[in-house]
Amino acid sequence: MSFLTLDHVSHHYFSKESYTKAIDNISIAVKEGEFISLLGPSGCGKSTLLSIIAGIIQQTEGTVSLQGKSTAESEMEIGYMLQQDYLFPWKTILDNVLLGPKVNHTLSDELKKKAIQLLKEVGLKDVEMKYPSELSGGMRQRVALVRTLINNPKILLLDEPFSALDYQTKLNLEDLVSDLLKSYHKTAILVTHDIGEAIAMSDRIFMMNANPGSIAKTYEVPIELRNEVPFLVRRHPKYQLIFDKIWDALESKESQQKVVDIPDE
Amino acid sequence: MNDHHLFENYKRGLKREKKIVLFWQLTILLSFFSLWEIASRLYWIDPLLFSSPSSVFELLVTRFANGSIFNHLQVTLFETILGFIIGTIGGILIAISLWSSARFAKIMGPYLVVLNAMPKVALGPILIVALGPGYLSIIAMGFIISVIVTTLVVYSAFNEVDPNYEKVLRSFGATRWQCFKEAIFPAAMPAMISTLKVNVGLSWVGVIVGEYLVSKQGLGYLIIYGFQVFDFTLVMSSLVIIAILAAIMYKVVENLERWLIRNRNT
Repeated sequence: MSFLTLDHVSHHYFSKESYTKAIDNISIAVKEGEFISLLGPSGCGKSTLLSIIAGIIQQTEGTVSLQGKSTAESEMEIGYMLQQDYLFPWKTILDNVLLGPKVNHTLSDELKKKAIQLLKEVGLKDVEMKYPSELSGGMRQRVALVRTLINNPKILLLDEPFSALDYQTKLNLEDLVSDLLKSYHKTAILVTHDIGEAIAMSDRIFMMNANPGSIAKTYEVPIELRNEVPFLVRRHPKYQLIFDKIWDALESKESQQKVVDIPDE
Repeated sequence: MNDHHLFENYKRGLKREKKIVLFWQLTILLSFFSLWEIASRLYWIDPLLFSSPSSVFELLVTRFANGSIFNHLQVTLFETILGFIIGTIGGILIAISLWSSARFAKIMGPYLVVLNAMPKVALGPILIVALGPGYLSIIAMGFIISVIVTTLVVYSAFNEVDPNYEKVLRSFGATRWQCFKEAIFPAAMPAMISTLKVNVGLSWVGVIVGEYLVSKQGLGYLIIYGFQVFDFTLVMSSLVIIAILAAIMYKVVENLERWLIRNRNT
């Protein structure tokens, strides 16, 4: 049995005038320890899908289950990282990191030590008592990662967490995240519109259609690439091959869509 | 010119600017009072109606010396501070209850609009009938004039907090109340602090008008009394005291604001 299962999931957004179908009949099965990417243009319902998996919004149709349990019941087992770090500016770094335990009343000295240890692991030393405004963008996103990991989630949802960073910071963080996830054997779902990032980080890539969001195609990343750190994947000869394949697919999909879109307008 | 010199120059410039501003502030103050005094002495204005700084000063000195002003001062200050505190806290509490239930907020919407648009002092007679002609209705006036505005401002501040903070908390399994405590309330803190400043002024309006209507003591009463017995020196003196007290209260709130913002992080 798979670890995370999405079974015929659809989601509608309703407004007074009309409704839009954000997600149409998506079924995905993710194995434990697997890293998958959802690749697609903006407006393809990627973030909606993550929110559904996280149990923050309730899908209108279908079921989502984590190890056989509905995800709405197992919120703590899912870590969610957003595009921006959303660190609370009025809390110290340590208090930010310990937000999850605080909310769940599981705060302890042991966890505090673990938080400081984890911060060190991501390369942040002696920042516990600082405030988010004193750190750079890359450092803040690392704090947000630690804030997610401290809850020991079974699955990590990454909603374009690197998109707001400069290129160099982004590459460094990709390596760090991929390394951490592998060493803790975490399952992860990454949402991105960056083909290179998807290839560099994941085991499987789901390409999505927009309006309504649905799975267009699935790509298996070659095994040689899966075991490399993201930075080295980009230099691997096989990287370009799969990149081109996905690129072509996206291009042809776009030209198709333009033809389809016109009568719709 | 080295770096240090440039910095010294810059600092000297700042100091000079400060001095110039202070000079003009004092000049305006002094010329206002001198002009008033001269105009009154030379009968450009009727001294019976507009009094003069010297007679105002004289009255204040005797009133303070024999202590007859302190009772009025105390009463008005007490009413204003109480009205201000109850109005502010009450407004924040109502805003919290509106936030906690979107349906309640929707139901209350039109009533809040009407109450906000209505000139609150028009409720004066009703308050007096309901609460009796005393402290209670005056404090109620100070309260009612600031509570609705506080409610609306704070409630909209709650709604403007970036929903992603709530999303982060929800992903940790936080309840709605925890979201409020950890994200909404602290994020709306600056807006709440700025309502404090507005409410200082509003409470003074409420209390003075309240005293016009009913009271037997207080600065508002002195103004009305002075008006009725044609003692405009008394009216002017009361105005001067009110201006000074309101300015002090504003400064206190301003310091409170600075202190709150500095301690917000701890």
